[in-house]
Amino acid sequence: MYSQKVIDHFMNPRNKGKLKDYDAVGKVGNPVCGDVMYIYIKVKDNRIEDIGWETMGCAAAIATSSMITELAKGKTLEEAEKITKKDIADALDGLPPIKMHCSNLAADGLKKAIENYKNGVKK
Amino acid sequence: MIYMDHSATTPVDKRVLEFMLPYFDKKYGNASSLHSMGQEAKKALEEAREKIAKVINADPSEIYFTSGGTESNNFAIKGIAFANKDKGKHIITTKIEHDCVLNTCKWLEKIGFEVTYLDVDRYGLIDSGVLEASLRDDTILVSIMHANNEIGTIQDMEEIGKIVGESNAYLHTDAVQSVTKIPIDVKKMNVDMLSISSHKIFGPKGVGCLYIRKGVKIDPLMHGGGHEGGLRSGTENIAGIAGFGEAMKIGEEERPRTMPRLEKLRDKIIDNVLKIDNTFLNGHPKKRLPINANFSFRFIEGESLVLLLDSRGIEASTGSACSSKSLEPSHVLLAIGLKPEDAHGSLRITLGKDNTEKDVDYLLKVLPEIVSELREMSPFKKDYGEFE
Repeated sequence: MYSQKVIDHFMNPRNKGKLKDYDAVGKVGNPVCGDVMYIYIKVKDNRIEDIGWETMGCAAAIATSSMITELAKGKTLEEAEKITKKDIADALDGLPPIKMHCSNLAADGLKKAIENYKNGVKK
Repeated sequence: MIYMDHSATTPVDKRVLEFMLPYFDKKYGNASSLHSMGQEAKKALEEAREKIAKVINADPSEIYFTSGGTESNNFAIKGIAFANKDKGKHIITTKIEHDCVLNTCKWLEKIGFEVTYLDVDRYGLIDSGVLEASLRDDTILVSIMHANNEIGTIQDMEEIGKIVGESNAYLHTDAVQSVTKIPIDVKKMNVDMLSISSHKIFGPKGVGCLYIRKGVKIDPLMHGGGHEGGLRSGTENIAGIAGFGEAMKIGEEERPRTMPRLEKLRDKIIDNVLKIDNTFLNGHPKKRLPINANFSFRFIEGESLVLLLDSRGIEASTGSACSSKSLEPSHVLLAIGLKPEDAHGSLRITLGKDNTEKDVDYLLKVLPEIVSELREMSPFKKDYGEFE
């Protein structure tokens, strides 16, 4: 059902946890659907210096949270904003079709975090 | 691996496998043939029928072999609906039936039948007063599962049998999960039909049966050469049926020893798992299958839980939407009143005769670790925050 990469990121998630000193957070999903993602970013010189996350969800939700940290770290905000659901799925060697929409929330979470950062909203 | 998903399926018991083997390549006759090998197959077929009938206190002539639980439930419901449509078009079932009952009923609604889906309480029990009030002159069938596959709740079939017995309706029960776990007596339960599946009781997959009380007016789903008294045509799966019969016999013989032992292990699981905070038991505290434990762990999701358990060598299941094809959490957990977010975080453990105390101790060691690992990753720690 899942690719080796999804399982690897699920079993050994990268950059997990809330950042102690973050500049903005993007919250997406809903517990009613079973998937909620909080993406935390620390920005320095318009670049994502650090990124962390807290996720309640299935293996795909956790793996995509983990993967986006690898894709976004060090990127400028403009570059990071352009990361799509498909980019994340591709980097994970694909996701089961049913998981593409419900669990692949990380790109939305990051966009929201960047938007909040630009608007000066921390919470 | 430690297998704790026996309500999904079971391995074939070695004695059952031994019993079946000759029927594949040595005694491979067609039970309809007149020659010796055909008659040998016929004998195996009738012996299996006797073994099964004995376990549920039925007459062997009332056992009709099928391909399994799904077919038996389809057969009972559609068979009664088609044969009795002139008498009435109303059917009563519950909201916690297996999908093969619910989807059969939904399909019958599309072709003109009317179905009442009874609510259940927080433990999964129906209200017998509501059942009584729902019965009408045109009710032709009541179908209520004996024990639930997800939460293990056991309905009071004797009481249900009394109520339905006073009406015009036939009573069917899906006993796929309960047979060989708890005593079953079709006469005491006063049921007209009862479904059994072989692969849930350490028998082979692809075989099951429907008990049909003598005199019940039912139509076949399979028309053909007139096998099984004309109610289920198709050359009999002799090896499967022989194995099924043997599995029933062994399962029932060993029940008085196996089930109390498993119940004790199950209680140990429940007592210890409930020590984890923000965790609760789904289903009835007492009226439940001895092999079943079903929990909800708040703030985490069931698929992740099951996959992490699997990675540590334990096989179990969940009622989470993320594990289903429909993206809806378990209809059973929703019917007992769970919020969707808590239904997503459910775990079902179902024990079998090969599980040992050592297995349970290992589960009790790793499960709390995994729950806390997932909760560490979760944005929610004490409540659902802004989502409450």
